[in-house]
Amino acid sequence: MTERSQVAEHKDAESAELSDFRKGVVDWIKHNTPADPGFLLPQTFMEVGSEQVLDFLREWQYKVWAAGYLGMAWPKQYGGGGMPRLFQQIADEEMRRARVPICFNVIGLGWAGPLIIDTGTDFEKETYLKGILTGEDIWCQGFSEPNHGSDLGSIQTRAERDGEEYVVNGSKIWTTMGNYAKYMILLARTDAQAERRYNGLSFFLAPMDAKGISTSPIQKLTGEYGFTETFFTDARIPASCIMGEEGHGWRIAMQTLQYERGAEAGAAGGVSILSIVINDLLKMAQEVERDGQPLLQDPITRDNLVKFLIEEHALYLGERRVGIPALCRDYPNSLALSGKLRGTEFFRRMRQYALTLQGAPGSLYAGDDQAVDGGFWQRAYLNNFSTTIGGGTSQVQANIVGEHVLGLPKD
Amino acid sequence: MTRTANLKISFSDEQAMILDSAKDFCRDKSDIATVRSLLKTETGYKADVWTEMVDLGWTGLSLPEQYGGSEMSIGAAIPLVESMGRYLLCTPFISSTIAAQAILRGGNDAQKHRWLPTMIEGAIGTMAILDNEDWGATRIDCTLTPKDGDFILDGIKLQVNDAAVADIFIVLASANGVPTLVVVNASQLPKGSISNKTLVDETKRASNVDFSGVTIKPDAILANGAEALPDLRLIGALLTAAEATGSAAAALDTIVDYLTTRKQFGRLIGSYQALKHPTVDILLQMDSARTFIYHAATLINDESLDKDTQIACRMAKAQATDALLFAGDRAVQFHGGMGFTYDCDAMLYIRRAQWAQHQYGDAQHHRKLLAPLLLD
Repeated sequence: MTERSQVAEHKDAESAELSDFRKGVVDWIKHNTPADPGFLLPQTFMEVGSEQVLDFLREWQYKVWAAGYLGMAWPKQYGGGGMPRLFQQIADEEMRRARVPICFNVIGLGWAGPLIIDTGTDFEKETYLKGILTGEDIWCQGFSEPNHGSDLGSIQTRAERDGEEYVVNGSKIWTTMGNYAKYMILLARTDAQAERRYNGLSFFLAPMDAKGISTSPIQKLTGEYGFTETFFTDARIPASCIMGEEGHGWRIAMQTLQYERGAEAGAAGGVSILSIVINDLLKMAQEVERDGQPLLQDPITRDNLVKFLIEEHALYLGERRVGIPALCRDYPNSLALSGKLRGTEFFRRMRQYALTLQGAPGSLYAGDDQAVDGGFWQRAYLNNFSTTIGGGTSQVQANIVGEHVLGLPKD
Repeated sequence: MTRTANLKISFSDEQAMILDSAKDFCRDKSDIATVRSLLKTETGYKADVWTEMVDLGWTGLSLPEQYGGSEMSIGAAIPLVESMGRYLLCTPFISSTIAAQAILRGGNDAQKHRWLPTMIEGAIGTMAILDNEDWGATRIDCTLTPKDGDFILDGIKLQVNDAAVADIFIVLASANGVPTLVVVNASQLPKGSISNKTLVDETKRASNVDFSGVTIKPDAILANGAEALPDLRLIGALLTAAEATGSAAAALDTIVDYLTTRKQFGRLIGSYQALKHPTVDILLQMDSARTFIYHAATLINDESLDKDTQIACRMAKAQATDALLFAGDRAVQFHGGMGFTYDCDAMLYIRRAQWAQHQYGDAQHHRKLLAPLLLD
């Protein structure tokens, strides 16, 4: 080995401090991962459909936080660990690898929390952050409305100032855990006359127990629950729960979406979505036969699998390339802004292909005793649409990338 | 079967400087008018640009200091080659870089001392590998037969890049069934042995070369040629991938320029999602290719290529040439009637795409060879 490659090796090696930390995480996971509860656990935070599941996940998230493996990079005074982000990344990596249950309070951990840390007042930080981490305060998001899925500029829900309160009327849809949440990040129209429709919006940290707010669970295509429609009927929320100034809601919402799309760091960490990689698909396909031969010997299947592996590898390597500014100067932000589009579409196609590979059992569903892995892949494929549709559909994401990265004109 | 993917990718400040200066150089030397002015010329490049590249030290960048090089690995050439692809700047750089790697990896000390310094100073090398249309062929038709203490070559090698200007040929021949790399000087070739091909990519030059009757001294047989050969094929694939990635980005830029200026039915055509979304797809495909070439550049060194590096090179080639095929194809289509003309630059990219996919194996060839590395 040449001298220069030895230097490179050394730089790549994890420092002793980090690798000790990693060992600690692995050890903790080994001794603290809960036993199989005997009911189906959610693969994503959008599948918390019963009290039983909720209680289980709440207890688990608290345990992760109490052990110091959640919110590691958040400020210490608000329940965080005050450590460099790298530690959280390592903890997340190990939790993901070990397939521990998800940290379910994702709207808080990933979106509301970072937003409050970056732009909130001391009061807001004091009030909200710790409850997000412990799982005591569940957060939901009130952006999308019936008939205005990805088009946030068209939001109709009104919030009218009345003394020390706002009176809210309208409805929101796809509220994840809306029936369990204590707070909602709410985007509502405070000025219907604003010249530009974006200017009339405001952003609230709204209490869900306010009188006049009600929720109705939505049954998903999987037959399970996890979302609600949320109705506001003369609901009165304190004026003090507005974030920033009146009329600045659009800008704050866009910043929140940046966290959602992964372009901004700051999330508290934890695993929010069970990762399913090609290795899992390969394991599943191991025993399958097709046309009297082992499936994995079939040349067409092999070519398809290699294509998926190339795509998966590009996805994860691309996440690393984002951290190298000199390799991101052309088409600035292209990797960051396309991350959601790229990742969610890849997983959708990969999971769909898993069902194809199963052969006849691919037509069974969760609940059938002969369904492969208890119907894991069927649920995974169908639920994956929450990621290609939610948070801006893939088609809207493609518009965003086209317009913001390539400078293509709007419709 | 269950393997943990290698996710190493790094880029030093020095490499970033190389990338910046390579891009500036290629942009300055190779605007589209210049590219077009060279399409019908004999060599396809300007001799003074090649001399400047030699003077900048590019020919020695990936070679050891003891021969006059910069002591970096072949990965250092990736930003150069990507930039050349971006501006369609053609010189014998890629051919010569692979040939120099053949001597570095396949030669003994004496052979390295004999050829590497002259190549760093600008002597042009090229690989003569193909005997037929199959990059995956195990049969080698060109033979090397002993005669009076020397050896005699017999056979025609196909599509030897930059053969007409090459000083040194690295020829793959079969010595009684054993793959062997030999070094042939251009001066050894009889008149008429080089016949130029008509290539789909008019920026490129290649010829069939008849090596029949050329005498090879024993010291011109690369000592470790057979061992180096698989790695050289991978390095060829990687450099082609880097060039193709640059060209895919150039095709993308050409599309974006048109989509943001051309109006139809009263609107800029880039506002139509039927054009916007596939254009974004090109960006994503190109970005993946770019990720792979720099991943491979991170892993590769002067040692023989380990499994992860092989995977990286093959993924890079499969991804980059598919990305360019897609980009070139859509570039023509999205220019409408204009795209059907020779005057439209989309022509340059769709032709480059067809050429690039067949250098060192197409995407399916590499996926087929990836399968046992990844699945078994």
